Amino acid sequence: MNAMNRRRFLRSLASLPFAPAVAGASFGLASPVGAAAGVDAASPYRKLLVVVELKGGNDGLNTLVPYTDEAYYALRPKLAIARDAAVQLTDRVGLHPSLAPFLTFWDARELAVLQGVGYPQPNLSHFRSIEIWDTASSSDEYIRDGWLTRTFAKRPVPASFAADGVVVGSNDLGPLAGDGARAIALNNPQQFLQRAALAQPAAAATNPALAHILKVETDIVQARAHLASVQAFRTEFPANGFGNAVKAACQVIANPAGVAAVRLSLGSFDTHVNQAGTHARLLSELAQGLVALRSALVELERWNDMLVVTYSEFGRRPKENQSGGTDHGTAGVHFVLGGRVARGLYGAQPDLGALGGDGNVRYTLDFRDVYATVLDRWWGVDARAALGGRFAPVAFLRA
Amino acid sequence: MRRRSFTGSSIAALAFAAALPALAAPMGTDDARHLLARTGFGPTTAEVREFAMLSRDDAIERLLAGTRTTPVTPAPAWAAETGPLRPTPAATATADDRKAFQQEQARRGLEMRAWWVQEMLATPSPLAERMTLFWHNHFVSSQQKVRVARLMYAQNAALRANALGNFGTLLHVASKDPAMVVYLDSVQNRKGAPNENFAREVMELFTLGQGHYGEQDIKEAARAFTGWSIERETGAFVFRPRLHDAGEKTVLGSTGRFDGDDVLDLLLARPETSEFVVGKLWQEFVSPTPERREVQRIARTFRASGYDLKAALRALLRSPAFWAPEQRGVLVKSPVDVVVGALRQLELSPPDTRAFALVAIGMGQNLFAPPNVRGWPGGESWINSNTLLARKQYLDRIARNDAEAPPATMKTISTADAMSAAPETAMPETPARDAAPAPDATGANAQAARITRGVERGLRSVRFDAAAWLARRDGATRDARLESARKLLLPIPPQLPAAADADAATAVHALLLDPAYQLR
Repeated sequence: MNAMNRRRFLRSLASLPFAPAVAGASFGLASPVGAAAGVDAASPYRKLLVVVELKGGNDGLNTLVPYTDEAYYALRPKLAIARDAAVQLTDRVGLHPSLAPFLTFWDARELAVLQGVGYPQPNLSHFRSIEIWDTASSSDEYIRDGWLTRTFAKRPVPASFAADGVVVGSNDLGPLAGDGARAIALNNPQQFLQRAALAQPAAAATNPALAHILKVETDIVQARAHLASVQAFRTEFPANGFGNAVKAACQVIANPAGVAAVRLSLGSFDTHVNQAGTHARLLSELAQGLVALRSALVELERWNDMLVVTYSEFGRRPKENQSGGTDHGTAGVHFVLGGRVARGLYGAQPDLGALGGDGNVRYTLDFRDVYATVLDRWWGVDARAALGGRFAPVAFLRA
Repeated sequence: MRRRSFTGSSIAALAFAAALPALAAPMGTDDARHLLARTGFGPTTAEVREFAMLSRDDAIERLLAGTRTTPVTPAPAWAAETGPLRPTPAATATADDRKAFQQEQARRGLEMRAWWVQEMLATPSPLAERMTLFWHNHFVSSQQKVRVARLMYAQNAALRANALGNFGTLLHVASKDPAMVVYLDSVQNRKGAPNENFAREVMELFTLGQGHYGEQDIKEAARAFTGWSIERETGAFVFRPRLHDAGEKTVLGSTGRFDGDDVLDLLLARPETSEFVVGKLWQEFVSPTPERREVQRIARTFRASGYDLKAALRALLRSPAFWAPEQRGVLVKSPVDVVVGALRQLELSPPDTRAFALVAIGMGQNLFAPPNVRGWPGGESWINSNTLLARKQYLDRIARNDAEAPPATMKTISTADAMSAAPETAMPETPARDAAPAPDATGANAQAARITRGVERGLRSVRFDAAAWLARRDGATRDARLESARKLLLPIPPQLPAAADADAATAVHALLLDPAYQLR
């Protein structure tokens, strides 16, 4: 740890009224800093954000099924979800059967469904479109840093936090990319802690590549000091990749030192061929994973301080293709979950009778409006500064 | 191996230079190390000694004259197959047929990755392998979509054959390469139903770069590329005239009844293509930030030579920027640089390289499966906490291996394990025709555990004896030998202070774990 970071540390420690401990946590090799630090009660980031990337472009139409719309059944002779099979939320729309576990959230009034989420002049390339989502840019705008990185650069996360953000199970940092944030990528906390002793902070760098490496080393050292406990949960996590990632995320979150954001990912949703089986399996993994997340966070008494938001580079084309799949589309459906969510449908279901020339829907809700809601209403930080423009928050949070 | 002390070889070099005054001065070990680290994978002491006695220009000529076009490592047995791509046609294949096919291709995929790692270790021409890897990351295809291992192997051979040849030839070969024809959907590109995937990427990523063409150029070029396909019975490229749009097209201001080769020639005629390729070569060999004027100068040389890649590389390696002291250690090593380079520098020869191919996947580089058509972004994005710790874990592991139990062979990694070894190795623009059935929940975790055990056994198969290794460095005293080791392993001074009175193992370990080791 360099002198500057150590000073920030000590200052933040001094400002803490007490050092909270988590019942049942075993502190193992916890360093004095790790054991004493806690979530800075004054910081907006004591509220946690979990973003879940549905990699590959999730099919919104079969995620939230417009089961009364004749146009839907005409466009999807093979792939449509039958009216009886849909998990009906309203008299117009229902969830894919694999998402039946989401009824728990819906009934608890903790689920918001965002319809028609997209952006103007949509790009149908996976990597360009996810870059647009990750950086909150316009279709023709190229920004290097992720939208969360920019947020944390403008309104810093307290130094007492283990990290600004943690990316679980993925090597690309997505919304946490760029050197303006302390982002930790890990697969599971035990492995991270076993290896983290190999990192050491060093003196000032002589070139940008070295500066980046030294910055990552410093982030590891700092995170290691805070993540020294690995929580045991009563919750059972699904024994698959996404379940493992959710478990790792919960172990990170359980540490007394906070993190502001966690990024999980699941995929691939790029279902050009034989979509039905793959899509059902992925949505099932998503639902079971998020149910486990809720259960573990309730155990920690943190569920009310938690907001989960899904995202994906695009939705898929309404008309199914000749291979039992769907091709790249534009706007899609996303979910917001959490103890302070205002249940309901937001945005408008795109009109399947008025598709664009390329057969894709028009977006009805800009994804940056969703980000602005997270920044303005969840964290209470300046959305305009981070997003570089004015976007209208959506009412999916309770006051 | 014959041993020479550092001073001895210096005197020999000086005597050599004095006897032949017409020759330029020997460049010495620092420059030799720099040149070899940039053009190969982790220079060895033997290589540095040899090149240190040459002048910079002579060393560059030696490298360029010795580039191989074929591998020295025998190809996997299946690589020469020429029969149908699938044993059962897709239309009649049962679920079991598909699963068997997937498992066989996954098995071959791991064998092929291990084969390439072995070639990088064994080749007398590391520059040829570095350039083959460079083109793999330029003319990207991925086994995640192409599936058939032998097509990926054939593409690798084609890239190597032209890696330091003529870029125009390479562009034509790579564009019609069967794996590429599958990867960028040329097989779906037909008269009346164009697929723009290849037309877009050939302009954006293979030749001109963004901003030097319009959407209409892509649409028109896609028509010219119609009819390109592969023969499912042999796996060979085939042109199908009946699927080709023979009408008039206008591409980049030229109008004619162009076919695909004509469009490639139009792209080669643009100066932007030479600048785009030289800019990428600059980032591979010189620094992350190309100097515009130098790139333009070298691109002129490249064009004047008729796209001779050796002419471009010669100009690049002779440029003042390449040798500038401030450009040493400014490039981040790729995972392959770390994995292969450490084995070479520590003089270790694993009997089975599969574990090392898997280790590179854990660091974010799955050979034969770049993440998308843009390839690995490289540079600083190689390094995050997860990948940096994976690198350090590997280096720690092999540097400490002297005290381990006897090696065991790696038998547990099997069938489909390799392809799914990394959860996010690839996401092609479109998925494989038949994605492997997802293993059930416990199967996935059991498979991950099996891979971990296999890697562990593979790593244990190499034994590093630090004291013996250090004794083989140049220098009359222990401190001098340690200094030679430092200069061999690190491009810039260590960033962490050395422990006083460390034993050989601790001292070498500290060099490998130093942040500077991640640079070249």
